[in-house]
Amino acid sequence: MTQQETGAGGGEIKISARDVQVHYGDNHALRDVSVDIRDKMVTAFIGPSGCGKSTFLRCLNRMNDTIEDCRVEGDIRLDGEDIYAPEVDPVHLRARVGMVFQKPNPFPKSIYDNVAYGPRIHGLAKNKAELDEIVEKSLRRGAIWDEVKDRLDAPGTSLSGGQQQRLCIARAIATSPEVLLMDEPCSALDPIATAQIEELIDELRRQFCVVMVTHSMQQAARVSQRTAFFHLGQLVEYGETGQIFTNPSDPRTESYITGRIG
Amino acid sequence: MTQSPPAERKVDWKDPQLAATLRARHARERRLKLLGLASLGAAFAMLFILLASLAASGYKAFVQTHVTMDFIISEQNVSPDKPEKGKYRKVVAESLQAVFPEVSRKEMRQLRKILSNGAQYMVRDAVVADPSLIGGVLRLTVPVSDPYDQLNKGEIDRATPEANRRLSDREIAWFDRLKEAGMISTPFNKALFLNADSRFPELAGLKGALWGSFYALLVCFLLSFPIGIGAAIYLEEFAPRNRFTDIIEVNINNLAAVPSVVFGLLALAVFLGWFNLPRSAAFVGGMTLALMTLPTIIIATRAALKAVPPSIREAALGLGASRQQVVFGHVLPLAMPGILTGTIIGLAQALGETAPLLLIGMNAFITSAPESAFEPATALPTQIFIWADSPERGFAARTSAAILVLLGFLIIMNLTAVILRRKFERKW
Ligand SMILES: Nc1ncnc2c1ncn2[C@@H]1O[C@H](COP(=O)(O)OP(=O)(O)O)[C@@H](O)[C@H]1O
Ligand SMILES: [Mg+2]
Repeated sequence: MTQQETGAGGGEIKISARDVQVHYGDNHALRDVSVDIRDKMVTAFIGPSGCGKSTFLRCLNRMNDTIEDCRVEGDIRLDGEDIYAPEVDPVHLRARVGMVFQKPNPFPKSIYDNVAYGPRIHGLAKNKAELDEIVEKSLRRGAIWDEVKDRLDAPGTSLSGGQQQRLCIARAIATSPEVLLMDEPCSALDPIATAQIEELIDELRRQFCVVMVTHSMQQAARVSQRTAFFHLGQLVEYGETGQIFTNPSDPRTESYITGRIG
Repeated sequence: MTQSPPAERKVDWKDPQLAATLRARHARERRLKLLGLASLGAAFAMLFILLASLAASGYKAFVQTHVTMDFIISEQNVSPDKPEKGKYRKVVAESLQAVFPEVSRKEMRQLRKILSNGAQYMVRDAVVADPSLIGGVLRLTVPVSDPYDQLNKGEIDRATPEANRRLSDREIAWFDRLKEAGMISTPFNKALFLNADSRFPELAGLKGALWGSFYALLVCFLLSFPIGIGAAIYLEEFAPRNRFTDIIEVNINNLAAVPSVVFGLLALAVFLGWFNLPRSAAFVGGMTLALMTLPTIIIATRAALKAVPPSIREAALGLGASRQQVVFGHVLPLAMPGILTGTIIGLAQALGETAPLLLIGMNAFITSAPESAFEPATALPTQIFIWADSPERGFAARTSAAILVLLGFLIIMNLTAVILRRKFERKW
């Protein structure tokens, strides 16, 4: 199923997936997913629990490689380049495609070291001054600099949940990725922290291609420009967020949005 | 839709039947608590009895009866040219004669036994250290021999008929005279820690065993810690899950349950039999103990690695860390407290292990402390074994004292493990 381009806003096609199949052992978790994700906008994946949203998201930075009995088939291209090609190093890919997880998971290290970790392992900074600069810039872009600038040595785990999640976003930004994947980034947070993160995501789309899984349709409606609806391992519908929510073309989408599946 | 909804079911909590179930539930809980307390009490009582009986029999070994007397270092007996070659037996005899002038030459043999056999050597060492003493008088405090030590500690009952006593009336009278003259003292028994083993209980100490155990544990740690952690990391983080690794896993768990004497037999056959490594050496003992400690460390390390939340691995992987960077940069440091706790507990087990050391000959009678891991040595538990087997009364108390020392080390090690665990306990 190839999605038609609806032409509205946004940039180039950043990621294009064709006929993606994912198996966990005998469980065919994702079937025939084809989707084009555009740069400089937020794409939301919605759908009932267990429908394969996270699974698909994890295909985009090859995190599924780390799951032993997980098999990914199909064609996924980042800027036209097959990310499952043998010459692609997943370690390098994950620096280009950052990921933020459902539960804030800062390392039990200082705030500074959390953000500096990515640049350090990839050798992105030539010296301490450069690293300091990357850390500050990332924390600023993660909208948490003002809250932590006086205590960069404090452990990342000492922050509140919302701050931890923004720290994790800053940490993902620090490797200068092109794509940011977020798997239900607000589901462990209170409404105020959620609002802060949503605002941040809206800001981030100026620089990144943001792909976000959410189980909250309001959230998808608030922050995303395009929405993909998954159901039972299939991509049912994909299009502009406004259109999906007001005028879905598939009856399953409609049922989900009106609260009949879920 | 004329059907009325089913009538709301009201629960009457005052109903005697419900109240009775509730009472029964509380009673069951109380019984369980009581049982728990009772078993705890029983365990503590056992521990108390053990420690109390050890302390009761062992405390006497922590002090030692000494006599302070003047040794006459005449030039006839000790030549100033060769102080180390002097006739110190004679020095001791003559000095005793000076204290008991009425004792005949024939009785002298008997009298001399009041001092430890080691007294002459102590005099010798003092004179060699300070040759200016020759021709003068040396005041020295030396241990009395075991029977007199027992007498002083009240282990020999003066009321028993002379024939059944280890010391005759006359011998007791000699000792009493020394005591009246204020020459007898009962200081802390430093020899227990500063001397190696000896045939004479009053001279026997744990130095050799302590060093032997130290070297054995050191070797055991140096072998089992890196190998155990390496194996655990491989199995937990890198090995594919297949039949082969399953078999390895089952076998490691089984190894932990193999009786230690079997490891001793293995060591005897392999280390001593094939490789011809030295008998009784702490090095071989350490290797044998490492065989037993390995499974403990592997199991503890794997549990500690498993306990690191997957979110930390995901975070690092998501940033593009390689598997090895994830393990060594994040997982291992977080698992370290658990690994160390497991290692200390494994080493504590190894410290108390006796059977395998007996098999490789670490129960030899060795009167000097080892200076390296390759010299023959005993270890604390085997020393206890040797002493427990010795007929002299003095060794009975020393056995208990040695057990107390061993328990002391075990308690220190286990406390360290507990403190480590407390200190690094992490809430996720
Ligand atoms: N690590 C895994 N191992 C095996 N099966 C998995 C794993 N992760 C997800 N699945 C299965 O894949 C399907 C999709 O899961 P997921 O992508 O997590 O759904 P969602 O994120 O939409 O709730 C589910 O049936 C789930 O059981
Ligand atoms: Mg999910």
